[in-house]
Amino acid sequence: MRHEDGLKVASPEQMQIWMKQTMDWIGGIAAQNKFVSGTGLPFEYARVVRSNKVVTNGPFGEIKETIGGFIVVRADSVDEAVEFAKGCPVLQGEGNSMEVRKIAKNDGVH
Amino acid sequence: MEQQELIPHLFRSEYRKIVSVLCRHFGFDQMEIAEDITSDTFLTAAQTWALNGAPKNPVAWLYSVAKNKAKNYLQRNSVFENKIAPGIKEIAYEIDIDLSPQNINDSQLQMMFAICDPAIPPEAQIGLSLRILCGFGIQEIAEAFLTSKETINKRLFRAREKLRDEAIKIEFPHPSEINRRLETVLTTIYLMFSEGYYSVSQNQVLRKDVCFEAMRLCHMLVENSATNTPPVNALLSLMYFHASRFDARIGKDGELILYHEQDTGLWNADMISKGGYFLKYATTGDKISKYHLEAAIAYWNTHQVDTTEKWENILQLYNRLLQIEYSPVAALNRTYALSKANGKREAITEAEKLNLTDNQFYFALLGELYTDIDNTTAKQNFQQAISLAKTQADKQTLQRKIDRLISNQPQS
Repeated sequence: MRHEDGLKVASPEQMQIWMKQTMDWIGGIAAQNKFVSGTGLPFEYARVVRSNKVVTNGPFGEIKETIGGFIVVRADSVDEAVEFAKGCPVLQGEGNSMEVRKIAKNDGVH
Repeated sequence: MEQQELIPHLFRSEYRKIVSVLCRHFGFDQMEIAEDITSDTFLTAAQTWALNGAPKNPVAWLYSVAKNKAKNYLQRNSVFENKIAPGIKEIAYEIDIDLSPQNINDSQLQMMFAICDPAIPPEAQIGLSLRILCGFGIQEIAEAFLTSKETINKRLFRAREKLRDEAIKIEFPHPSEINRRLETVLTTIYLMFSEGYYSVSQNQVLRKDVCFEAMRLCHMLVENSATNTPPVNALLSLMYFHASRFDARIGKDGELILYHEQDTGLWNADMISKGGYFLKYATTGDKISKYHLEAAIAYWNTHQVDTTEKWENILQLYNRLLQIEYSPVAALNRTYALSKANGKREAITEAEKLNLTDNQFYFALLGELYTDIDNTTAKQNFQQAISLAKTQADKQTLQRKIDRLISNQPQS
């Protein structure tokens, strides 16, 4: 989930609404027995470590590109995963996005 | 107490205590011996007391006779061993079968951990627990599981063999192991309770007994400081909340009365408050178990109100519960709560994603959700549910819903 730091743009009431929407969205996936794991990624205490070992305060990237969390689901195809992603409340914000990636199998390739 | 009630009553309360102590003494190698000696003790009681009347202290009599039978067995066995294995020194030892309250309690706890071992299948764990920890007869266990005596006997026989083969020790787990071992014990207790609560057996008294036994075993865990953990308290809490509605759930013809139709006057207030008590004790520590979530949901269900607050709370609890452990029942209940919190249309969309097409309750839920939105579809769903329903009572409940749909049809 890529979006701005919610705490900077929203009132507590708005955060509560987003919280409920997010929990309902995750619950909906879990109700289909497709939820594996997931977590939010708070914006505080973030750091970026670069190849020259320089450490700066994070998170990485442009404001709307920051990763705010991720969820692991069990989908039969990338299309099904995309359908799940479409339901994420984060997408209500213009410029926000959901990146969908496949998880590697432990088959020794990568 | 009447003479003829005395022995069955004592069987229920004392069989499990004696057999636990003897089982622990004999180990799984000779578990059947322990069970035989105990059964034999009660047989002797039945015969002797019929002739001479019951003794002044029946429990002490039972313990004394059981001890003697055990000693006799051990002595006969050691003589046999010595005769066929010459060169082994004759072992004359004072066998003390300790039937003190402390040892009885410890033995039962140890047996609980030994029986609730993943080496044997869950229904065998429940069956063996009912037999040894709860003193249920084979016929009673068969009735509770809606199967035959032969099936139960086979199941228990195989379970004992497996425990013997795996050399499972009858001992208290090491403190570092307790939480992990408790998981299996709690699952067994939970399944035992569910068996009694949801069983379609007609024997209401038996079903309640099974539930109460599950609660009693959980009590034993709570009363022991080593096993008095938050999930154990949460499980006990949720069982109390569910059990509080026993008398309201079944109608006079044995039919199931749905939650919102129940007479709350029949809800047991004492059990509800005990549920609250243990829920409070469960809210310590920093881990939430699925039992915590289920107990919290059960807590909300002790308030027969229809507020958004209640349903929003229940929805969020199910959202979390499903992340920890998926089950079709939880998915359906979550969707119902969602319909109450977010509205029926959203719930219909969510429900259709569940795709639990072999489950009568799935179609019953869809029927509920479509009621007053699209009664034709509602009726189709209820009919599909009826075709999958297993009991007469369930079919009747569903038919009543269809009848209500038809009678609510506007006359043109």
